[in-house]
Amino acid sequence: MATILFDGVAYGMLLFVLACGLAVTLGLMNFVNLAHGAFAMAGGYVTVLLMDNWDAPFLACLPVAFALPAAIGLLLERTLYRHMYGRSHLDQVLFSIGMVFIAVAATDYFLGSSQRNIHLPDWLRGRGQVMGVSVGLYRAFIIVLCGALAFGLQAGLMKTRFGSRLRASVDDARVARGLGIPVGMVFAATFAVGSGLAGLGGALGTELLGIDPYFPLKFMIYFLIVVTVGGTSGITGPFVASLLLGVADVMGKYYLSSALGGFVIYVVVIVVLVLRPSGLFARAR
Amino acid sequence: MNAALGLARRARWRWLEMAFWIAAFAAILMPAGAHLILNEIAILALFALSLDLILGYAGIISLGHAAFFGLGAYAAGLMCKYFAQEPLLGLAVAMAASGLTGLLSSLLVLRGSDLTRLMVTLGVALVLHEIANALPQWTGGADGLQGMVVGPLLGRFAFDLFGRTAYAYSLATLFVLFLLARRVVYSPFGMSLMAIRRNQLRASALGVPVNRRLIAVYALAATYAGAAGALLAQTTAYVSLDVLEFNRSADVLLALIIGGAGWLYGGIVGALVFKILQDYLSSSAPQFWLFWMGLFLIVLALVGRERLRAGMRGALTWAKA
Repeated sequence: MATILFDGVAYGMLLFVLACGLAVTLGLMNFVNLAHGAFAMAGGYVTVLLMDNWDAPFLACLPVAFALPAAIGLLLERTLYRHMYGRSHLDQVLFSIGMVFIAVAATDYFLGSSQRNIHLPDWLRGRGQVMGVSVGLYRAFIIVLCGALAFGLQAGLMKTRFGSRLRASVDDARVARGLGIPVGMVFAATFAVGSGLAGLGGALGTELLGIDPYFPLKFMIYFLIVVTVGGTSGITGPFVASLLLGVADVMGKYYLSSALGGFVIYVVVIVVLVLRPSGLFARAR
Repeated sequence: MNAALGLARRARWRWLEMAFWIAAFAAILMPAGAHLILNEIAILALFALSLDLILGYAGIISLGHAAFFGLGAYAAGLMCKYFAQEPLLGLAVAMAASGLTGLLSSLLVLRGSDLTRLMVTLGVALVLHEIANALPQWTGGADGLQGMVVGPLLGRFAFDLFGRTAYAYSLATLFVLFLLARRVVYSPFGMSLMAIRRNQLRASALGVPVNRRLIAVYALAATYAGAAGALLAQTTAYVSLDVLEFNRSADVLLALIIGGAGWLYGGIVGALVFKILQDYLSSSAPQFWLFWMGLFLIVLALVGRERLRAGMRGALTWAKA
């Protein structure tokens, strides 16, 4: 029981790191970016390729898996995404689906359509005992790393100067601009960090979720669920939602058959939406 | 009084419309060869018409419209395999099943914002895909539903190898449902939908029962999508899991956007362009088709649909002058 719970929390933490960038662009900036999973896929493939072709150590891959998607994100934000901010949701949906399709097609063409895996270093394999509960070392590693990231992000959003500038830009871009906040640069930096975190999540998730060219489409629904269920008030909501979904998904698949267990998260989502249509943590105003 | 006159004027048949339908029906008599793709076009057109009802008129963005398409396809397939082989009966059952599911899921879809709708529509399609995959004893699972023997239409017209009967059947269904849709959108009901799309708050302040109208049109669109799915199942005598896949929802969205949402013919024009492009571009490799589709969507969104349509209209008037 405790082991299942632990696995669920690890899965939820992973979902949070994958989706938290989207929670900011979609939840706070109100920009529908369905291509978020493409950045996660980029991070995953960077790790796979580095480890396979250059025998790079796993830990050394993680910063690259963050930096490269962040750089791609920054580039795309400055060239393409920037023009889509004020547009209708339909335009944003079309645009980002187009991005997903191109990412899928390019990955399929250059890297092949089969699923890729990584070989974890020995010290992350196997299981350990924590307070009498048998836990997978890699999952513990994910929980520690992602938990630290979640705290860091919350602190960054609430306590730093950049965080308050971002919140101001999101609340009212015009006034923020009038106060001398470089709104465009703030958004670009936020977008880059969000993409980078997705890439990091993709790298960490390669072992648990596997990675193939259709990754962005397969996980699109999870990202959307995290943001919708979490509500659009900040990153606390998506964090709680990710944990809830992770635990529900793992428990459902363990206690029910794996065919039925897949439906548990949808039941959870329906219940949440019926009780709280605008998410667990709705914006106060 | 004025409003009624205005509605009547908008609803008048134009000669270009009549010419289009006459040409479409005349195509049945063409020498064999093109009917298979024409049938596909007619089915996609009906599917896109159904999306147009909710997207173009009511402003609901759906990422999972294939849910109802697939449901209709499976309903028609199972009906044919186990109960009755008359296609029209299967079509009716498929429409009823999809419409009912649309009615039920509309209660979820209409809660919350655009964002919630994206998630719920996508989620409904995924859940149905999972169900179809989890019940291989009924749906055939990943192998698809095989062994359908579709009876002759009305007991007289058997489906032939070249798809002539299939095209005639699909086109006739499209035409009848199109007439109904045309009647609906030019009625006060259709006007109220457009009011809701432009401004939901003002529409409700004017006394439009927003939720009830949206539920009604969502169920209607689901019925239409079910009909399209049933047509595909019956004319190909096969249903596979890909009727429920995300790509199908994206295809129909793209087809509708190519033709332009919100004027009923958008789906038909879009289906025509989309299928011809797909036929031409995907002959080399499926990845290329996905790439072209993505590129097209991005350019479309960046340039702006309004500007593109204004450009086309400009070209048309220039051609006339």
